Amino acid sequence: MSATAEATVLITHDVGLHARPSVKFTKLAKSFAADVEIALAANGPWFDAKSIVKVMAAKAPKGTVLHIRAKGDGADDAIRALIELVQRDFDEDAGHVRSA
Amino acid sequence: MRIEGVPASAGYAEGPLFELDRPAGVYASKASSAEETLSLEAAIGKAVSRLVAMVGTADSDAAGILEFHIAMLEDDALSRPAFASIASGKTADAAWRQALDAEIAGYDASDQDYFRARAADLRDIRDQVLRALTEDGDSTAPAGAILCGEDIAPTRFLETDWSHGGGIALKAGSTASHVAMLARSRGVPMVVGLREPLTAGAVMALLDAEHGTIVLTPSPTEIGSFRQASSSFAARQGKAQTFLARPAATKRGTAVRVQVNIADPRDVDAIDIATCDGVGLMRTEFLFGKTLPDEETQYRAYRKVLEWAGEKPVTIRTVDAGGDKPVPGFTVEEGNPFLGLRGIRLSLARLDIFRVQIRALLRAAPHGNLKVMFPMIATSEEYERAAALFAEERAALAARGVAHKMPPLGIMVEVPSVAIAPEAFAGVAFFSIGSNDLTQYVMAAARDNAAVAHLNSVRHPAVLRLIGAVAAFGQENGIPVSLCGDAGGDPASIPSLLEAGLRDLSVAPAQLAMAKAAIADVPV
Repeated sequence: MSATAEATVLITHDVGLHARPSVKFTKLAKSFAADVEIALAANGPWFDAKSIVKVMAAKAPKGTVLHIRAKGDGADDAIRALIELVQRDFDEDAGHVRSA
Repeated sequence: MRIEGVPASAGYAEGPLFELDRPAGVYASKASSAEETLSLEAAIGKAVSRLVAMVGTADSDAAGILEFHIAMLEDDALSRPAFASIASGKTADAAWRQALDAEIAGYDASDQDYFRARAADLRDIRDQVLRALTEDGDSTAPAGAILCGEDIAPTRFLETDWSHGGGIALKAGSTASHVAMLARSRGVPMVVGLREPLTAGAVMALLDAEHGTIVLTPSPTEIGSFRQASSSFAARQGKAQTFLARPAATKRGTAVRVQVNIADPRDVDAIDIATCDGVGLMRTEFLFGKTLPDEETQYRAYRKVLEWAGEKPVTIRTVDAGGDKPVPGFTVEEGNPFLGLRGIRLSLARLDIFRVQIRALLRAAPHGNLKVMFPMIATSEEYERAAALFAEERAALAARGVAHKMPPLGIMVEVPSVAIAPEAFAGVAFFSIGSNDLTQYVMAAARDNAAVAHLNSVRHPAVLRLIGAVAAFGQENGIPVSLCGDAGGDPASIPSLLEAGLRDLSVAPAQLAMAKAAIADVPV
């Protein structure tokens, strides 16, 4: 069976979909059989959400409305899980220190 | 020869210079493209297994960086173009370099600092594989060396054994880079932005990453005073840690408030609120990087810091763009920007932008103990116009039923006119002395000009007299006075500032312990 699902989520993490969040995001995407893609606008361009090179290349800063679409087995679950990860700010909190 | 840069991680290092950017080994090309493919696959595999081994011993910050490198190297999308050009006749090293350089160019072109900074990670990834391809054995620095070059890769930092000292001196570099973050958490001295090449035959060097300088081929006198400064730093640092958790007090027990200066909401993640008395200065220029921030972005940034501080005060400065901090689409090009349209002057000239910030501040105020101050105030009319704008925006929010609160409004004391005639400002809620600007304007010595750096001392009697006058005026009129310039965190200046009557300093988070320790030595 081939389901398709699409949703949007606001990136609230301070520096956006950056290095470490991208690692988590692509790992999670890879755990689903469905094809998953992301875009910064409803009409694309779409990037493979399982490729960290492509996800980083999307350069999604904080405040971006991220479009996620999935096609295939478990598409809905994939979308739900990825959206929750973004909403949890990628489970990142402390740790970034910048000089004043 | 002495070169000035920017301190990225405080400390001292004395040792041989080791050049980071030495030419890589030579790649021996193979007989067929099939062999070139195998050769590149093996090199990528080797680089990944080295990274995996490093993750094992890394702390969480470092591990995060390494895992990012591993994920990039394991992604076929990164190597696909390289394998394609090998198939069309290129050698493995040239193909890899070309593919990665194309990727790096994409990051370099980003208009966001964060993503642009990742170009350094991509270069690191490129060079790890190139190194695995060529395997030159001569890339290890001697123990205690000062690594110098254009920039340094995070993995290079992690591979280096810092247990015998050493440091980093970079011509370019950034205090916000991954390596700077790692250097601060490991206590490795690091200076960036030295601008001049460091290799002019110098063998020995003295790196003072507390003040941001490097001395090449030093004289015996220079070595002597360097060692003195270095051991005094080590002693202060060791002693300082014991002061961090306690409220600051002088030798006689006079209480001194010590707050922190922050530049980015994320700064507070690494600070224990119990170790400071609040935020004496939150800069807002960071929000005005490449694009003008909307109200929601600002509101969230202010609210995050207010909630972190709880009941302790957070003093947010309205945007201080201009001078040495240009913002595209906001600041104007001027022949003499330090004396031009900057700080409140610019905000009052661009009300569209200022009103957005005012609304964000008013809306954030209910979430903590907010105070707001205006930079570069020279006359009381400027303060009154800014305060009137707060009143207008407050009325508009009230009319729309939006939650908000009016914060106390104060001013930066950094233009000499205010310090000389503070009586025009008897109605403001508080004063915060910006010692960097006050000093440069009193001494007529630009802060960003190394040729006049010797004039730029807060301890000149003229500057101290003004600071003392402002402190006394505040005391007589019940107006709180604090100081938030670099001098507040400088152990050498702290005695003079307390003697001038100040009891409220705001310092960089990294200087908190040292400042408290220095205060404890002052006999006032």
